Amino acid sequence: MSLDKETIKELRKLKEKHPMPEQDPRERIKNFDEVPFGYDQETAVKEAMRCLQCKDAKCVEGCPVEVDIPGFIKLVQEEKFDEGIKKLKEKNNLPAVCGRVCPQESQCESFCVRGKKGQPVAIGRLERFLADYELAKGVEKPEKPAPSGKRVAVVGSGPAGLTAAGDLARMGHEVVLFEAFHATGGVLRYGIPEFRLPKEKILQREVDYIASLGVDIRTNVVIGKTITVDELFDEEGFHAVFIGTGAGLPQFLGIPGENCNGVYSANEFLTRTNLMKAYKFPEWDTPIKLAKKVAVVGAGNVAMDSARTALRLGAEEVHIVYRRSDKEMPARAEEIEHAKEEGVIFNLLTNPVKIIADENGWVKGMECIKMELGEPDESGRARPVPIKGSEFIFDVGTVVIAIGNSPNPLIPQTTSGLELGRKGTIKADSDGATSRKGIFAGGDIVTGAATVILAMGAGKVAARAIDRYLGTL
Amino acid sequence: MFKIVTKKVLSEVNKLMEIEAPLVARKAQPGQFIILRVRENGERIPLTIADSDKEKGTITIIFQEIGKTTKELGTLEVGEYLSDFVGPLGRPMELPSPPGRVVAIGGGVGIAPVYPKVKAFHDAGMEVISIIGARTADLLILEDEMRAVSNELHICTDDGTKGHHGFVSDILQKMLDDKSQKIDEIIAVGPLPMMRVIANQTRPYGVKTLVSLNPIMVDGTGMCGCCRVSVGGETKFSCVDGPVFDAHQVDFDELTRRSRTYLDEEKIALEKFEHNCRCGGGK
Ligand SMILES: Cc1cc2nc3c(=O)[nH]c(=O)nc-3n(C[C@H](O)[C@H](O)[C@H](O)COP(=O)(O)OP(=O)(O)OC[C@H]3O[C@@H](n4cnc5c(N)ncnc54)[C@H](O)[C@@H]3O)c2cc1C
Ligand SMILES: Cc1cc2nc3c(=O)[nH]c(=O)nc-3n(C[C@H](O)[C@H](O)[C@H](O)COP(=O)(O)OP(=O)(O)OC[C@H]3O[C@@H](n4cnc5c(N)ncnc54)[C@H](O)[C@@H]3O)c2cc1C
Ligand code: SF4
Ligand code: SF4
Ligand code: FES
Repeated sequence: MSLDKETIKELRKLKEKHPMPEQDPRERIKNFDEVPFGYDQETAVKEAMRCLQCKDAKCVEGCPVEVDIPGFIKLVQEEKFDEGIKKLKEKNNLPAVCGRVCPQESQCESFCVRGKKGQPVAIGRLERFLADYELAKGVEKPEKPAPSGKRVAVVGSGPAGLTAAGDLARMGHEVVLFEAFHATGGVLRYGIPEFRLPKEKILQREVDYIASLGVDIRTNVVIGKTITVDELFDEEGFHAVFIGTGAGLPQFLGIPGENCNGVYSANEFLTRTNLMKAYKFPEWDTPIKLAKKVAVVGAGNVAMDSARTALRLGAEEVHIVYRRSDKEMPARAEEIEHAKEEGVIFNLLTNPVKIIADENGWVKGMECIKMELGEPDESGRARPVPIKGSEFIFDVGTVVIAIGNSPNPLIPQTTSGLELGRKGTIKADSDGATSRKGIFAGGDIVTGAATVILAMGAGKVAARAIDRYLGTL
Repeated sequence: MFKIVTKKVLSEVNKLMEIEAPLVARKAQPGQFIILRVRENGERIPLTIADSDKEKGTITIIFQEIGKTTKELGTLEVGEYLSDFVGPLGRPMELPSPPGRVVAIGGGVGIAPVYPKVKAFHDAGMEVISIIGARTADLLILEDEMRAVSNELHICTDDGTKGHHGFVSDILQKMLDDKSQKIDEIIAVGPLPMMRVIANQTRPYGVKTLVSLNPIMVDGTGMCGCCRVSVGGETKFSCVDGPVFDAHQVDFDELTRRSRTYLDEEKIALEKFEHNCRCGGGK
């Protein structure tokens, strides 16, 4: 396909992104298949033409790993897809994942000049297109580097750990990746649902690729319990350790009734569904139980994922309950949009105060209070204040708490000499180096719950720092 | 993959298996548990570490076949493999200091998890009085093992087919009333109703009483909150804060309700499993 000058000129003026075809909302709430289908080649090239190839490309500033955005888009314009994916992978190990889950509207795309008048270039969709193109063709394996004779243990197989492990293996180090669960991927596996990130088609292939680089993946090992970090050095002969254990500790509201039957943490709700495939019960053994009316507390990605999952599990009415207004909702724009299209009902400026149980201990309602926005709080967002006397009762049978996750204390508790941050995070410098020699950390365990691309970026930076460190031994 | 190296049928419903899991065996301590999956699409279930052998690199589990997963586990034979086996999880049990006189109570399959604790007390030089009970004599497990590590062993059966005709709590009551012999600590493991009875029974005497709880779990590492229990009015995650807790502080009503969450689904899973077995449809 080659486009004539006229068409290209027209495309350069096009104010809106090329839409990405997706499953009809009425159909898709009945299945767990991926919602958007992705661009075909023709649409991808056309969308790429909307990029002006700015000399001083602002978009790059918005990408935490500094992907050469104009560079890879130019290669799409020229239909050099193989080179395009190479360009992308210089900075981003998991483009198939990032193209799907990055909050582009607040990162790369928010800086794109085309966004000043109309919509920005669909950078994320183009990234996804190249990654899927490569996956369909079969991923090329880089040449095996000369072995360095150094051993590195990577703890946790989320985006931070996977990236660090892959990069370290490519530098010639012997890498063992330890994962507590029986499956790899971290939040990408147990948190983000199938309909947003297909597990076999996308995630597993990224993991297989990392394994093909020579990374020895050991599931069912809880570091701190099965083996401690100190033992990794003293008994297992590792020269360095990277900790990428994420922020997996669910927060609860601390309101009465939270331990009733039918109240889930989002982690439990999503883990049962995604990792344990409860939506395939009884083919898969793990059950999940849902009432007809479901309330999800929170408005981040985790809450949207829980709400949309509840619909697909057969709930008739799903409510988001959020104490601030729509402007403060932290979820990706696309997730909120998809949730609305699918019929999720948004109850903003509403805060739960009590969960009410029936005589058998099952949830039968949730008492909430209306809120209004007051002065900004320390996060800079307007502080929600309860409106006296505005209490009312939601009649729901299932409540999912999705108000955030904190770092799991297991490793900090069992590792000597690790300096911690205020909220239980592990302190690390810009290279990922912790207070203990040879121990590096990155991702949510350092930043608190953040994003996939930041975790990946941290894994990448730490891999380079670990490589330098190993060179000094 | 984790190999089954020994299998023993202890009673009609109780089986013992030794599983090859050298990393777990190296670390296992009394009071801790493992989580296993029988196969790829199986459920994760927690079982207490009944014994461990560092040299052989094995963990012993003893389970009661009550539902789909435990029944399926029971069909596996020596030489076959479990797809997943992770541990040791939970906090190790603390020994009372200074060592004194302990009463250990095991009810039904609860005898299995109480055994490693009794052994640890015994090895630490404490005096241990054990009381074990079951519905009927055939369901009594680990009698010889328990006797070997206890200073005194009392047996009860609900139907009187062996030992005292009645409940473990009857025997405990006599000990509580015997003012000449001080009890420093009581540990009780068994079905929820038994643990609740014992908690209520010892509360007025002010004797420290511990129970090992068995709520439903998923990950076993503090990540899902499924195993939460109210202890002294605070929410605790059994898998990381327990599973052993002060019996007098546990909200047994809540725990009992929560453990019934999936009764309907458990029935469906079991029926499907038994149907497949009968038709020879495999696993
Ligand atoms: C439901 C949900 C939806 C999200 N949606 C988005 C999105 O759309 N876009 C986006 O950018 N971000 C999203 N995020 C955030 C993003 O997923 C995380 O920021 C990111 O996964 C963090 O990566 P990580 O590698 O630091 O940790 P994780 O992905 O949390 O992985 C940590 C891994 O370490 C393992 N582990 C923990 N402790 C131990 C131990 N002691 N021993 C061995 N292994 C251990 C865990 O089992 C886990 O596999 C979402 C998060 C959730 C929960
Ligand atoms: C820390 C701990 C240690 C345990 N140790 C032992 C032991 O040594 N021997 C033994 O026989 N049993 C033990 N149990 C109980 C054992 O885990 C359950 O019997 C088993 O999960 C039942 O699974 P099932 O599919 O066979 O039965 P199901 O039909 O699924 O369930 C039967 C009952 O078991 C409980 N249960 C179900 N799923 C789970 C789960 N994922 N986690 C915990 N409980 C569940 C429920 O109360 C349910 O009503 C322990 C539980 C815990 C939490
Ligand atoms: S990695 Fe994420 S932020 Fe960076 S260019 Fe790709 S989609 Fe944008
Ligand atoms: S800012 Fe937008 S138009 Fe400019 S190079 Fe980046 S993507 Fe292309
Ligand atoms: S089992 Fe998930 S937190 Fe305890």
